[in-house]
This record gives sequence, C-alpha cells and structure tokens, in this order.
Amino acid sequence: MRLPTAYCAAILIFFTRLKSLSTFPTARTVSLGFVVVAVGCLVFADLSITTLDPWTEMKRMGMGFVTPNFFAVTNIGKVMIQTIAFAMCGVALGAFFGFFLAQVFHIALVRWSCAFVRAIHELFWALILLQILGLTPLTGVLAIAIPYAGICAKVYAETLEESQPAVLQVLPAGSGIVSIFFFARLPDVWVHIKNYTSYRFECGLRSSAVLGFIGLPTMGFYLETAFSEGNYSEAAALLLLFYGLIASLRFWLKPRLLGFYLVAAPFLLGEGASIRFDNVIRFFTSDIVPAPLRDHDLALTQTWSSFADWLQMLLIDQALPGIIATLLLTQIALVCTGFLTLALFPLISDKFFGKLGRTIGQLLLIVLRSTPEFILAYIFLQLWGPSMLPAIVALSLHNGAIIAHLIGRYSQSLVLRADSPKGFNLYGYEILPRVYGQFLAFLFYRWEVIMRETAILGILGIATLGFFIDSAMADIRLDRAILLILITAILNIFIDSLSRYFRSHLRLSQQIESS
Amino acid sequence: MFRFDNEAIGYQGVTILNGISLDIKAGEKVALVGESGAGKSTLLMALQSRNRTNSAFIPQNPGLVRTLSVFHNIYMGSLSQHSTFYNLLNLIWPQKKEIALISPIVEKLGLIDKLFDRSGELSGGQQQRTAVCRALLQGGEAVLGDEPVSAVDNHQSRIIIQALCDSFETVVLAMHDVELALEYSTRIIGIKNAKIALDAPTNSLLRSDLDFLYTA
Repeated sequence: MRLPTAYCAAILIFFTRLKSLSTFPTARTVSLGFVVVAVGCLVFADLSITTLDPWTEMKRMGMGFVTPNFFAVTNIGKVMIQTIAFAMCGVALGAFFGFFLAQVFHIALVRWSCAFVRAIHELFWALILLQILGLTPLTGVLAIAIPYAGICAKVYAETLEESQPAVLQVLPAGSGIVSIFFFARLPDVWVHIKNYTSYRFECGLRSSAVLGFIGLPTMGFYLETAFSEGNYSEAAALLLLFYGLIASLRFWLKPRLLGFYLVAAPFLLGEGASIRFDNVIRFFTSDIVPAPLRDHDLALTQTWSSFADWLQMLLIDQALPGIIATLLLTQIALVCTGFLTLALFPLISDKFFGKLGRTIGQLLLIVLRSTPEFILAYIFLQLWGPSMLPAIVALSLHNGAIIAHLIGRYSQSLVLRADSPKGFNLYGYEILPRVYGQFLAFLFYRWEVIMRETAILGILGIATLGFFIDSAMADIRLDRAILLILITAILNIFIDSLSRYFRSHLRLSQQIESS
Repeated sequence: MFRFDNEAIGYQGVTILNGISLDIKAGEKVALVGESGAGKSTLLMALQSRNRTNSAFIPQNPGLVRTLSVFHNIYMGSLSQHSTFYNLLNLIWPQKKEIALISPIVEKLGLIDKLFDRSGELSGGQQQRTAVCRALLQGGEAVLGDEPVSAVDNHQSRIIIQALCDSFETVVLAMHDVELALEYSTRIIGIKNAKIALDAPTNSLLRSDLDFLYTA
C-alpha cells in the first residue's frame, strides 16, 4: 500500500513540475516517459486470473458467439426500441441544453459547471438519480442528458468560437443578435454541429445499452442476465443486433425522420415506478449529509470530531486506494491503447492492405469500437475473474479501435512518392512519422475518457473508485458515495487539464471527433 | 459624409496609411485606385467604420454564408429592417413579399435562375453579384465596394456599377480597372506609398495621369 502511494505521488509531482522545465520535452521523450510510467504501474497492478477454468468458459463463449440465437431473447424488438428511445431522449435533451449553454459559455461559472457535470460518468449519474427518482425512465434519460449537455456545450461553444464568418462585417448595423446568430453564425458551423451531434447519438446508444446493467430496461439488462445464466447464444444475438444498429445508423438516422423519432421516443421508454417526492426531499436534506452530522447538534465539538474520524476513514481507507488503483489502471490502459492503435491502424489503410484485408480490418474495428468498454470488461471479467487484467484489455481494445479508425482513415489521405519502401520500412519511415502527431493528440484526448471509464469499471468489482462508490450505494450510504463521486470528478478534471497542457505544449491539435 | 483629418489608419494594430486627410461629400462617385496592397481595402474599412449605419458594404471576399441560398444571403441586407421573429420565419420559410422584393434586383444582375441555390456552390462571379444584390437591397446613403466587379466580365461590370450609382447617392469603389474608374466616377483618389498620392475630379484627368500610381 505504501509503495504504490509513493509511486503515484511521484508521478503526480513529476507532472506538476514539468512546468518548471526550461524547454518542454519532445514528443519522443514524452511518449517514452508514459511508457516507463506504465511499466512501473504494472509492477503494482493485480493481473491475476482467478477463475478456475478460463479456457473451458472461453470455449463455451466462443461457441455461443458462432451460434447466435435471436429467438432466445423475449421481446428482442422491444429491448432494441427501448435502447434507442433512451439514447434519443437523453441525447436530444443534452444537445438542446448544451446548445443554449454554449451561448453563455464565456461565463466562468457555466464553464466550470459543464466541466464538472461531464467529469461524472453517466453510470454514476444514474446511480445518484436512482436514489432520487427511483427506477423510472426519467432516471435513465437524465443520466445521459446531464453529462452530454456538459460535453455538447463545450464542443458547440468551441465550434462557434472558431468560426468568424466574413459576413459579420457586412451586416447592416442594428441587425439584432438573434437574427445575426441564425443567419450568419449558425449556418456557418451547422454541418459541424450536425456531425458532432450524430456522433454523440452513437455514444448515446452505447451509454443507453450500458445503463441496463444497473436495472434500466435497455440492452445491458438482458445482456447481463444472458451472461450470468451462461446463455451465450442469447448474448451473442443481442450484441450482433447492437452492432447492426450502430453500423446502420446512417440509413435510419435521417434528418427527415428525426422529428418523428423525437416525438415517439418519450412514449417508448417503458413504465417505471412513480417518482416519490418525499424521496427527492430526503435525498437533499438527509441522505447526502455526512452521517456524523445528520441529526446531531452541530454546536458540540463531539459531533465535529466524529465527523473528522468519518472523513479520515473515508479518505484513507477508501478514496486513497481507489485513486491509486484508478491511476495505475488508467496509465497502463492508456499506453496499451497506444500500442494497440499503432498495431491496428494499418489494417484499414490502403497503404498496407488490399480491399479484402481492409474489409476484415474494418469489421474488426467496428465490432471493437461499437462494444462499450463496460460490456467488454464485463465479458472478460466473466472469463478471468476480478483483477485489472480484464479492465486493461477492455479499455485498450475499445479505445485502440476508435483511434486506429481515425488514424487509419487519416493515413489514407497521405500522398507518398512512387518509389517509397514497402512493409515495415514503409510503416516506420513514411507513415508513422507522419501520423504520430495526430496519434498523440487523439490519445491525449482519450486519456480523460479512459480515466472516467476506469473509475466506472469498479462497479464490476475491480477496486477502482467506482468499486467504493458502488459499495457505498449498495449499503445506502449516500453521503459516502457522493463524496467519493466528487473526488472522482476532481481527479478527472485534473487529468483533463493535464491532457490539455500536454497537447498545447507538444503543439498537437486535431479535428473534432465527428466520425 | 466621410471625413478624415490627417489621420493614421491601420488594421489589427499595424498602421498602413499615414496622414490621411479626406472629405467625401454626399453625391460624389469616388473611385479608389492604386496597386494591389497599396491600402485601398484598409481605407474602405475605415470609411465603413466611420458610417456603418448609413452605408452598405461589399467586401472583396464576398462575405456570403456558403450554406445559405442566394435569396437568404441577399435578404441579410435587410435584417435590421424587420423584427427578429419575421427574420427567423423568412429563414425557415421564404416569404412571398421578400421574394417579390428581391427578384427584380436579382433579375437585373442575371442571377434569377440561381435564387434558391446555395451560395457556396456558385462561381466566383455569381458570388460577387450576390454580394452586390445584398448591398442594393440594404440601400442607404452610401455604398462602399472593394473590387466589386473583379470577377465578372466587362459587360456585367458596367451593369453592376450603373446599378450601384443609380441606387446610392454616394458611391466609393476600389477598382483595378482604370478605364472603368474614369468612366463612372466623378472623383479619383489614388493611393501610393501609404499615402494619398492623387485626389482630383475625374474630368480634370487623363488616362496617363494615373500611370505613375502603378510604377515603382
């Protein structure tokens, strides 16, 4: 315990001291530094396989996946429709409020609030909202809408800020800001905003599916049941349908049909318990108040000393080990994601593979990036038991596939001289040096995402912050859960600013992920 | 109308023109001439910022919203004359009244068959004419144009300049075509070496009097 603490502290101090260096290290040094840190983290990471016979189970699972059974799931159509409906309502609300928040994003309070709400994973929002609103459709919709509003606000605001159309100069004086916005500013960035929002909807589908794991009636619920009962053919059917849903997005997510979807979606969320207002009130006035302060006389010093004990217990026994595990796992997963990206992107690049090879590569990447890391981790956990291994593999596969897709596509646009080398020489001398900046930019963007996911994987039993949050929720100790979620959010904001710091100092920039 | 008294004019903190003294009166048709990069655009922008409420502006980059139609780009010249509600209504659903108002202007400049095409898909000359139409619809006492006919042919150039001179009392146009400048203006202002090097009534000048502006 003491050793990993010291190690994490050393990494954090190293990061914060970077500012005092006279010249910022090169991309090569930074990359090497991250690899060294990750190898150091491996020393403390628990990578054991604890299941008795992982191979037999893996064989059974493999058999299940080649024999999907679409008739095993009752109401499979309803499951899919509800998964879409939650995504549709959540993303629509999030994008709507995000759009308005983007207009006032210059206000520091708005900026901070958005950073804060998006630092908390949608599953944590769902766990909190479950306590307030119960197992109702609104819980699922808001769990997506709240963090997505924060993300959309930031991206929309940045997009609007970057566009300075020349037309602003010629508009007659007194045109009115609303008219100017809709005639001159919005049309200029509309395509960008539209593409980003449809990308967000794809993310929303994944979020919606995962929400099933905590009891909402979306795909995750049935997937968990299927897995826990060993019905792998049923699980395979669900996953295949989900891939189909995402792969066919551009055929059914049409602007013309959007109005119909938006009107229909709220009615397709399914039934839930009714919201009880005494629960809402109790949550804010009693549940989240630290236990030692609840119903105790605040004037007594005894109250405060027991509060101090409570805080110490929570910080030392839960938050600290949680933070350490989260940081270790994040750094290892980040570097593994990087290596995997570099190995995967040639699969879809015309510089390396023919049409057949690329099609297989595309298929592999679509499957990997369409499966939420939470579900991947869940599958590997079933096979290997709760250690960091399933989490690392899941995070690297999912995020590696996402970045490999973007880098692979980018590498297609490179124009090479006619007599350029082939094979590994081509990779090392011509392609890699040209895509490395983009690669690092995407990887640093993903850093914060990986950390957010790492924390959430605790719900599955890996000892990151999410584990302690989930345990506190299960014990109905909401005061503890809320404090731990706050700590998670702060850690996430810290990594986000660190990532921004690296990107700006290495002069990395990239297009908004709109794929 | 526009008045400068021994002023330095700059752009983004860099002084480009020095000691500018200028008085443009209502009713004048002024041509700004000089080599490219001499500072004509800078002077025009300074003129615009002097009197934005009463003047329409045609920038060199035509300043169109590429994703909106020709109709909407032209309509933008009259945004300030309508309520916000009406503007948004017309954005979603072009109003008959506005189409009737804009059509004759577009007709005159030969763009009528492009009225509902996206402006970003037009040729350079068509975009330039769209920008001219917008200024014509906006109206006002003066029009300031930065090479408004650089991308259209001779015949259309004359139609455009005639239309601008008919619609606006005061006209200030930067022009690279000296012939055209002499033909339509009442006053010529020549810029060279960051200064006004020539400022005279057009009828007192010969073609050759302008040559010195274009030699080193």
